[in-house]
Amino acid sequence: MTIEISDKTYDEEFVKKVEEISGENFHKCMQCGTCSGGCPMIEHMDTPPRQIMILTHFGLKDKVICSKTAWICATCNACSVRCPRGIELTKVMEAIRQLTLRKNINYVEPSAISEEMMADLPQIALVSCFRKHTS
Amino acid sequence: MKISYYPGCTLKTKAKNMDCPGVAALNALGVELVELPRWNCCGAVFSLADDDLLHLLAPVRDLIRVVEQGDNKLVVACSMCYNTLARANLLMRENSEKRHTINTFMEEERDYNGEVEVVHLLSFLRDEIGWEKIRESIKVPLRGLKIAPYYGCTLLRPQSVAIEPPEKRTLFKNLIETMGATVVDFPASTDCCSSYQILSNPDVGIETVSKILESAESWGAEAIVTSCPLCEYNLGKRQEDALRKHDKLKALPTFYFTQLLAIALGLGAEVCNFELNHNGVIRLMESKKFLTAA
Amino acid sequence: MNTTDTTKGESRETTSGKELVSIFVMGKKYEIPKNLTIMKAMEYAGYKYIRGCGCRGGICGACGTVYRKPGDYHIYVGLACQTVVEDGMYLTQLPFFPANRATYNLEAMGSDPEEVYKKYPELFRCVACNACTKVCPMDISVMDYISAIKQGDFEKATELSFDCIQCGLCTVRCMGEMSQYHIAQMVRRITGSKIKPESSHLKTMVDNIKTGRYTRAITDIKSMSEDQLRKVYQAREMEPSEAPEDWKPADNTYL
Repeated sequence: MTIEISDKTYDEEFVKKVEEISGENFHKCMQCGTCSGGCPMIEHMDTPPRQIMILTHFGLKDKVICSKTAWICATCNACSVRCPRGIELTKVMEAIRQLTLRKNINYVEPSAISEEMMADLPQIALVSCFRKHTS
Repeated sequence: MKISYYPGCTLKTKAKNMDCPGVAALNALGVELVELPRWNCCGAVFSLADDDLLHLLAPVRDLIRVVEQGDNKLVVACSMCYNTLARANLLMRENSEKRHTINTFMEEERDYNGEVEVVHLLSFLRDEIGWEKIRESIKVPLRGLKIAPYYGCTLLRPQSVAIEPPEKRTLFKNLIETMGATVVDFPASTDCCSSYQILSNPDVGIETVSKILESAESWGAEAIVTSCPLCEYNLGKRQEDALRKHDKLKALPTFYFTQLLAIALGLGAEVCNFELNHNGVIRLMESKKFLTAA
Repeated sequence: MNTTDTTKGESRETTSGKELVSIFVMGKKYEIPKNLTIMKAMEYAGYKYIRGCGCRGGICGACGTVYRKPGDYHIYVGLACQTVVEDGMYLTQLPFFPANRATYNLEAMGSDPEEVYKKYPELFRCVACNACTKVCPMDISVMDYISAIKQGDFEKATELSFDCIQCGLCTVRCMGEMSQYHIAQMVRRITGSKIKPESSHLKTMVDNIKTGRYTRAITDIKSMSEDQLRKVYQAREMEPSEAPEDWKPADNTYL
C-alpha cells in the first residue's frame, strides 16, 4: 500500500493537538515494532500501534482518527513499559480518542446499553468504560 | 493495628466476595481494616490526557478523606482503584503546577500534597504482616490446589506504581505457597483481561479472556486467583461466553486472593460469599475438603 | 463590590422613603426596595408568575434561581421565594430544566442496586467534581449521595438526599449530564418500600382512609361554596408549634 506523504497531507494542527493532549514526544519512535509485538489486542486492530505512531508523526489525521486501533486499546500499558524509546503509547492513544470525544461524540452510548447488561456489569466496568469511551 | 481502608464501589455490591473475606482475614491476622467513613468512586482509570485534571479530582478527594481521618496510609483491595489512587497520589506529590491547580479548584477541600501512602492489600500482607506470620496462622493448608496467579495489568504497570518488578514477581507465588497451595505460573499471568472492552467491544473481550483461560489450563491450573473485580468478572462471570465459543476450554474456577486466604486461615465459607463466584468454586473447595476441615 | 457607578445620580429611595437596590433580571436593570425576596422583587418589577412559583414557602422547589454578584466569579443559587435581593445582583430564575426521568414499575422490582443502575446508566459518569453539592440551595451533599448510590448503599443515599426539593439545579451543573434528583427519588422509593421496615403509623393512617374515617369530612368540604370554604379555611385551628403530645383541636367533629 502506497501512502502519499507531502506538505499537502501533513496536518500540523492535528500533530500539535496529539502532542499537547498526550504530553508525549512520539516523534522519537524508531519503528521497532515492540509495541505491536506485545499488544494483546493486536489481532483485533486494523492498524498496529507502531503504524499509528508513524502515521501520527506524519500528520495523517484521517488515517489515524478513522482507525479502530485507539478504540480497541484497553490501556493495559504493555506497550508503554516495553517501548525502548520510553514513549507512553497509551497516552498517545488517549489523545487520539480525546480528539473525537471532545467533539461530544461518544464511542459507547450509555443509554443504549441493555438493562440486562446494566444489571450484569460490575460498577468498575461501567465507570472505566464511560471514562474511556464517552465524552 | 487499625488501618484506613478503601474498598471501591464494586466491592460493596457484586464483589462483596472480595471485600468480606479480606476484612475477615486481616482481622484474623490482627489488623482492623477501617473503611473510610466518606469516600467516592475513584474513577477506576487514571486520566492519561495531559491537559485533563478534572478526572483527577475523584481520586484526590479520596486521599484527602484519609488525611481528614488523621491517617497517612491507605490500604486498597481493588487493583484498579489501587492503580488510580496511587498514580493520582504520585502526581500530587511530584507535579507542583498541577497540584496547585487541583488544590485551587477544590476550594471546598483542604490542600493535598501527596502525604498519604497508597498501599495495595497484597503489598500490605507482604510488607506489614509478613509471610512468616501468615504461615503460622494457617489453619487449613490449601494442599494439592494448583493455582494460577493472575496479576493482570494494574498491579504491575506502569512501573511507577508497580507492587513489584514485573519480571521478578514473587508476591502471588509467596502468598500461594504460604497458604500451602501449588503455584502454576503461566505466560498470560500479566496479560490484559480486556478490561472495559468487555462492554465496548465484547467479542474482543471474550477472545482475550479465552486466551488467558487456555494458557492457565494448558499449564495445569485448577483455579485462577485475581485481585481485581473487573478481571474476575471477565475471567469468571464471562467465562461462560468463552466456553460457549471454544470447545477446547474447560470451566476454570476463579477466586479472589482474599477468599483463599480466609479459607486457609480457617474462617470458613461463611465469610467468603462464594455464591457470587462462578464456575464451580464451591465444588472445587469441597472436593479438596477445604470447607469441612474448618 | 462596586455598584455605585450604575446608580450614580439616581434617587435611591422610593416615594415612601424605602431604600432601593438595583437588581438585573435577565440582564435588565430594576430598582427594587431593599429587603424584598427575589420573587417579590420580580413581581414589584412587573413580572407576573403564572408558573415557576409554587408554595412561596421554600419547600416546593419550583423557583430555583441562579445569580451572580459584581466582580465575583462564583455562581450563587437560592429559591426566589426565600432569598433576599442584594444590590447589584444579576439573576435569572430556572423554574425548569430538562432532566432524564425513567419510568419504572416500583411494585414489580426488587431492592438491588442494579434496579437503579438499569434505569440510570449515566450515574457512572460522575467525576466527583462536586459542582452539584456546591449549587444545592438545600445544602445537600449531592456528590456524596451519588457516591452512596454507586456503592449500593441506598439507606445512606436516602438519608443524605432526604431534604431534596427537586429544584433541579444539580442537574443544570452536572458534568456527567445526569439528573441526580430523579435518581435519588427512585432510590428513596426503593428504600422506603423495600428496605426500611414498614411504618406502623403510616399503615394505620392508610387503613383509616380506606375504611372511610375521613370520607364525611371530604364530602362536606367538596359540597361547600367558595365563600364557605374561605370562611372555614380562615377559621381553621392550627396546632401550635410547641403543642404537647396530647393536643387536640377544640372542634373535633371529624376526628
